[in-house]
Amino acid sequence: MSGKSGFNKWFGTGAPWVWTSAGAVSISLLMVFGVLSLIALRGLGYFWPANLAQFEYHLDADTSIVKVGEFHEHEMVPSVQLREGGLYLPNDDELVKRYLFKVGNRDFYGQDFRWIIEPSIGEISYPEDLMVLERHEWGNFFGYLHQVKEHGKVVAEGDAAREEMDRRMVRALDLHDQIKTIEKGAIGSVNYRMEKLRLAKRSLELDEVTDPAPYGRLEEAKHELDAEYQILMGQLNKLYELSKRDSITVSDSEGNQKEISLHMVVRAYFPNEMGVLDKMVHYVAKVVEFVTADPREANTEGGIFPAIFGTVMMVMIMTVFVTPLGVVAAVYLREYAKQGPVTQMIRISVNNLAGVPSIVYGVFGLGFFVYFLGGNIDQLFFKAALPAPTFGTPGILWSSLTLALLTLPVVIVATEEGLSRIPRSVREGSLALGATKAETLWRIVIPMASPALMTGLILAVARAAGEVAPLMLVGVVKLAPSLPLDGEAPFLHLDRKFMHLGFHVYDVGFQSPNVEAARPLVYATALLLVLVIIALNLAAIAIRNHLREKYRALES
Amino acid sequence: MSDSQVKTHGVNMDALGRKAQQKPPEDEECSLEVKNLKLFYGDKQALNGIDMHISKKRVTAFIGPSGCGKSTLLRCFNRMNDLVDGVRVEGEILLDGDNIYAKSVSAVELRRRIGMVFQKPNPFPKSIYENVAYGLRLQGIKDRRILDESVEKSLKGSALWEEVKDRLNDSALGLSGGQQQRLVIARAIAVEPEVLLLDEPASALDPISTLKIEELIYELKSDYTIVIVTHNMQQAARVSDYTAFMYMGDMIEFADTDTLFTNPGKKQTEDYITGRYG
Repeated sequence: MSGKSGFNKWFGTGAPWVWTSAGAVSISLLMVFGVLSLIALRGLGYFWPANLAQFEYHLDADTSIVKVGEFHEHEMVPSVQLREGGLYLPNDDELVKRYLFKVGNRDFYGQDFRWIIEPSIGEISYPEDLMVLERHEWGNFFGYLHQVKEHGKVVAEGDAAREEMDRRMVRALDLHDQIKTIEKGAIGSVNYRMEKLRLAKRSLELDEVTDPAPYGRLEEAKHELDAEYQILMGQLNKLYELSKRDSITVSDSEGNQKEISLHMVVRAYFPNEMGVLDKMVHYVAKVVEFVTADPREANTEGGIFPAIFGTVMMVMIMTVFVTPLGVVAAVYLREYAKQGPVTQMIRISVNNLAGVPSIVYGVFGLGFFVYFLGGNIDQLFFKAALPAPTFGTPGILWSSLTLALLTLPVVIVATEEGLSRIPRSVREGSLALGATKAETLWRIVIPMASPALMTGLILAVARAAGEVAPLMLVGVVKLAPSLPLDGEAPFLHLDRKFMHLGFHVYDVGFQSPNVEAARPLVYATALLLVLVIIALNLAAIAIRNHLREKYRALES
Repeated sequence: MSDSQVKTHGVNMDALGRKAQQKPPEDEECSLEVKNLKLFYGDKQALNGIDMHISKKRVTAFIGPSGCGKSTLLRCFNRMNDLVDGVRVEGEILLDGDNIYAKSVSAVELRRRIGMVFQKPNPFPKSIYENVAYGLRLQGIKDRRILDESVEKSLKGSALWEEVKDRLNDSALGLSGGQQQRLVIARAIAVEPEVLLLDEPASALDPISTLKIEELIYELKSDYTIVIVTHNMQQAARVSDYTAFMYMGDMIEFADTDTLFTNPGKKQTEDYITGRYG
């Protein structure tokens, strides 16, 4: 009796309510931090140079091989299962520890990763002269350095080889940069201009111009470009010739010898002899590479700069479209339209648009923007390029427009909310000075509602930056050959396809030929996606706070 | 200070003044003339046929209990009621002889000639300077020199110049309530209107700010026709030359202020000013 009344009393104080709500908040916080720290831990760990282990691995009772590599994950597996799989097990434990082991050397072994079982592992050592080579092809190489060669002649051997290699690496990397600059920059530019000339000629033909003068001019320009191209090719060949000079001889743990040209090497290091400080330097270099470089080897190595760039740019273009459209729509709904059942209906419809699955927007974007709008634009303005589509194919413009449509309801609702909060007295103050309604709106009301508009934009940006499904239909690709913004007129190429972090996560995680190697990259990319969204949001929030301070609502 | 002196020495005990008057007794130049003005909110009638003259360069006060229609009447003068859905106006208001409700008159143009100050200070979230210059910028004036001059003149006119001259580019929202209200008055007089409508301009202010506003009204009288709505009868008595008492949408009595307060012509007026109802 008294216990019950005591409970009722406790219930009556409201304490359980406080506990419940505080608990809900804690759980939400835990989940958010859990997600972030998991992604951060897995993603950031990827860049840390692991030590290379070397040990004897017993294939059966008599034969064993020497293996070299990095330990990654491990799990416990019932030994029965392994025996049935035909694996040799030296003892009778019920459960066996199994490691995911990166052996690298894809050119020798075919796969980077192997599962190995603990009982077969002999004594582990970490020889200091084990070397990791990051290469442009075939993934990492783990093994020993023997000789450095110039034009096939040995110039250094043994301990001297390492120093010699480091010296020659600088030159090789420099040559590689030069080659890349010419290939991607100069030759890309020549190709682009060449294509423009072709289109110009084609459109002359389509217009049935018979006057030979313009053709002649085009031909002349083409000759100039050809000449330029020949010069560039000459330089390029020379550079290639130069880069072939140096090579190194290496061997893996099983004694396989290989000669690797230095210009195929991105980076060489000896993880087992690196101190913490060396590793930190290496780590920073890897992170910088990840953020600023282009991807290599089907996106499983290198950086993801084009994806970062594409994501940010797509969001910016979307903002450019969605802001005026949303504001104008909200102003009409709130300020001009007669409030009644029809307006209410429109408002409800707009709100419900926010709930339409994003893939539906993707389908709409593909059907309307890409095929209908884009197709017609091609017919009207890019006839010369047909049948190759210019705008009638997925691209960054259509992606931005599709996402603008997707986020429009959020912006409209937030702006309407903001408009409705502007006090009547301020509007009347402006009207009483002889301002028209439009002048009052543009000079007073909309600036005062701009913080609310920014709130809408923040939500829109957050949603748009993370959206992947519709983009797969309207413009995102696994690997875009060029950025949508570059030095070629008209600089902003809205027709180009682009890379996107969200899609990159999907692509690397699920479409990659080398899933094990790519998995840490998935986390790292996801982390970067979160960071990009946070950065975009922080920028928007900073603007909003500035506006709030400026147009601080009147305290009644 | 000085206005109370003006009020006290001219006590008008004229016996003829006892009748309800729709016209001020003196034949002063007329600024606004209201002819049988009726106003409806949907089906509900809020003003039941008002007739009155408002004299040029005088202060006319409207008093009466809440909901009597005094603010509604005031807002008819610059057609602010047009902005309210479902409002219908009948009758005429003549400004210098022209009906402001005529079809040819634009409400926007009209509001440049008849300025208004509201109950709560409503400065725009802009700088002090831009607040005062707002009306001029609306008229397309961009010349910095003209704007500077006008801002200074208006702020001096509203007795705010000395307090803000060093921080014209600060936000107007940082001013105190009383300063904000004087800023709003400066904003209204910057466009040089003929008539200034004040809708309970001091009701949201402290006594000292109220006093400043009242002094200001007395100063402004020499240049503008002022119509003021107030809840505060002492204020009406202090600042106005003429007072109209309204009740339930009717103009009960309209006379010069001294007569109305000392010798009202109607029982209702007397009951109200002596505090028996309302």
